Amino acid sequence: MKLKSVFTRTPTLKDCTTHYCPGCGHSIAHRLIAETIDELDIRDRTIGIAPVGCAVLAYNYLDVDMVEVAHGRAPAVATGMKRTNPDKIIFSYQGDGDLAAIGTGEIIHAAHRGERITVIFINNAVFGMTGGQMAPTTILGQTTATTQQGRDAANEGYPLQVSELLALLPGAIYVERCALSSPAQIRKAKKAIKHAFELQLNGAQGLSLVELLSPCPTYWRMTPVKAMEWIENEMTKVFPLGRLKDESQRHSRSV
Amino acid sequence: MNERILMCGNEALAEAAIIAGCDAYFGYPITPQNEITAYMSKRMPEEGRVFVQSESELAAINMVFGASATGKRTMTSSSSPGISLMQEGISYLAGAELPSVIVNVMRGGPGLGNIAPSQGDYFQATRGGGHGDYRTIALGPSTAQELVDCMPLAFDLADQYRIPVVILADGILGQMMEPIVFNKKPRRSLPPKDWALTGAKERPQNIVRSLWLPEGSLEKHNYKLQAKYDQVQKNEVICEQYHVDGAEIVVIAYGVAARIVRSAVNKARQEGIKAGLIRPVTLWPFPSKQVSKAADELSIFLVVEMSMGQMVEDVKLAVAGKVPVVFYGRAGGGVPTVVQVLEKIKQLTIPVKKQ
Repeated sequence: MKLKSVFTRTPTLKDCTTHYCPGCGHSIAHRLIAETIDELDIRDRTIGIAPVGCAVLAYNYLDVDMVEVAHGRAPAVATGMKRTNPDKIIFSYQGDGDLAAIGTGEIIHAAHRGERITVIFINNAVFGMTGGQMAPTTILGQTTATTQQGRDAANEGYPLQVSELLALLPGAIYVERCALSSPAQIRKAKKAIKHAFELQLNGAQGLSLVELLSPCPTYWRMTPVKAMEWIENEMTKVFPLGRLKDESQRHSRSV
Repeated sequence: MNERILMCGNEALAEAAIIAGCDAYFGYPITPQNEITAYMSKRMPEEGRVFVQSESELAAINMVFGASATGKRTMTSSSSPGISLMQEGISYLAGAELPSVIVNVMRGGPGLGNIAPSQGDYFQATRGGGHGDYRTIALGPSTAQELVDCMPLAFDLADQYRIPVVILADGILGQMMEPIVFNKKPRRSLPPKDWALTGAKERPQNIVRSLWLPEGSLEKHNYKLQAKYDQVQKNEVICEQYHVDGAEIVVIAYGVAARIVRSAVNKARQEGIKAGLIRPVTLWPFPSKQVSKAADELSIFLVVEMSMGQMVEDVKLAVAGKVPVVFYGRAGGGVPTVVQVLEKIKQLTIPVKKQ
């Protein structure tokens, strides 16, 4: 019997073991980005920006030109890159600490200026690399290293819905929230990521952002399966899935 | 473009940067350097280049980081409090070895201080300023013309050594109008930027980074950086010596303070005092050898700064106790006068003569 290959590694994803924990969503998100880059055939004109956080070593897994930048500053770095290289495809990959805490100023103003970049925002409701502290996106009642009795709105405020905030800005042309919680949701996430890259490729005049609700079994203290269920049952109540904004037809032109 | 024209230092340095091939300028308003940002907002688009007014100095220096990572010539400018905010980015630029030019039109401090001229950021510029083991080249021009001449040099040094270059001007230099000439002098031949992020087209992936996690790898990187800094110290010192040979007292000053000192030295000479001036143009690398050599032949140094005494520490390190080093400074927007400096020179030389 002749065997036929039906699923392979996509070339832009390097053939190596990652440092991510079992059940972590980063590996899935990396694969979706790599597939997108290969399907759009843009590997030789793409520059990626790795954040400070668990994904700081993303360049070890994604085989494109990449830079690693200061915590939260990726949208400013992306601005410097895209303005000086309008023909390149620039994407940042940022976690919730990076984008929703220390880098709020940079992401809001990059969107505000309508920078023609793509942002992949990984929301796992916790700081992973530093040991599971509260993130701005930690949900109420969630226990973390710094909210050991559970997040309390009276003391720590409410979860920050950055995508909803950004969707209000005219400079953000496409904002969608997806989840890496099941094969069906992952397929939707792939479509969203590809759409965001295509917008940039087609010269759409504004920022595109895909938020991915992503499992962190280690710091949620759950099994990978439970973590997937927690996204669907709990996280999506605070962070509803779906397309918050799509004005991709606006001022679109080819580059 | 070899005619003499009258410009303020801020606008002159901006035009010089454009002539030097600056592809992108990123900046945030702060006094007393706003003329640079305004000038660039008009001129850069005229040249088909990039201007972005950022939302903060944090963003501005990171936009510089992004443009530089793709191999472009890029700069920002600010004044003291804004430069403090940029220190994080400058440390990352140093770690990732990204060429960049940062102009600091210094004002009084600490804190919000005031908007008057100062030389209070010498330590910050010459000691690295941000976290970690690194140096930046620091240039301290003294006239609008020298400011203009510093710009192409700064971009070349940045590219040659893959290093951030800081230009330390001050409120006087930035605001004062002086005649200048835009020279098109021959430039250095520079290494290709084969490390830049341009899209991995028919080559392996390029990575620009400052993180070195495996044991020993950061130390190796630190040694590599240090070897580069050693080369800069060996090859790039610039320093003016004025009436130093045979002098009994040498005054050391940089930037605007050096202009006042020069007048005081001239007056002292008219009065029969053998005074001289050493004026460092590169503050880092500091002209330690020149100062040390002078220390072998004279009896006393006077250091004059528009600060409470910062460069004086480098002078003391170079002099190594061979002769006394006296400091005279004004701070917080105070500017030493020629009379004050002359008085100090007299105080220090007349008792010596009597011995």
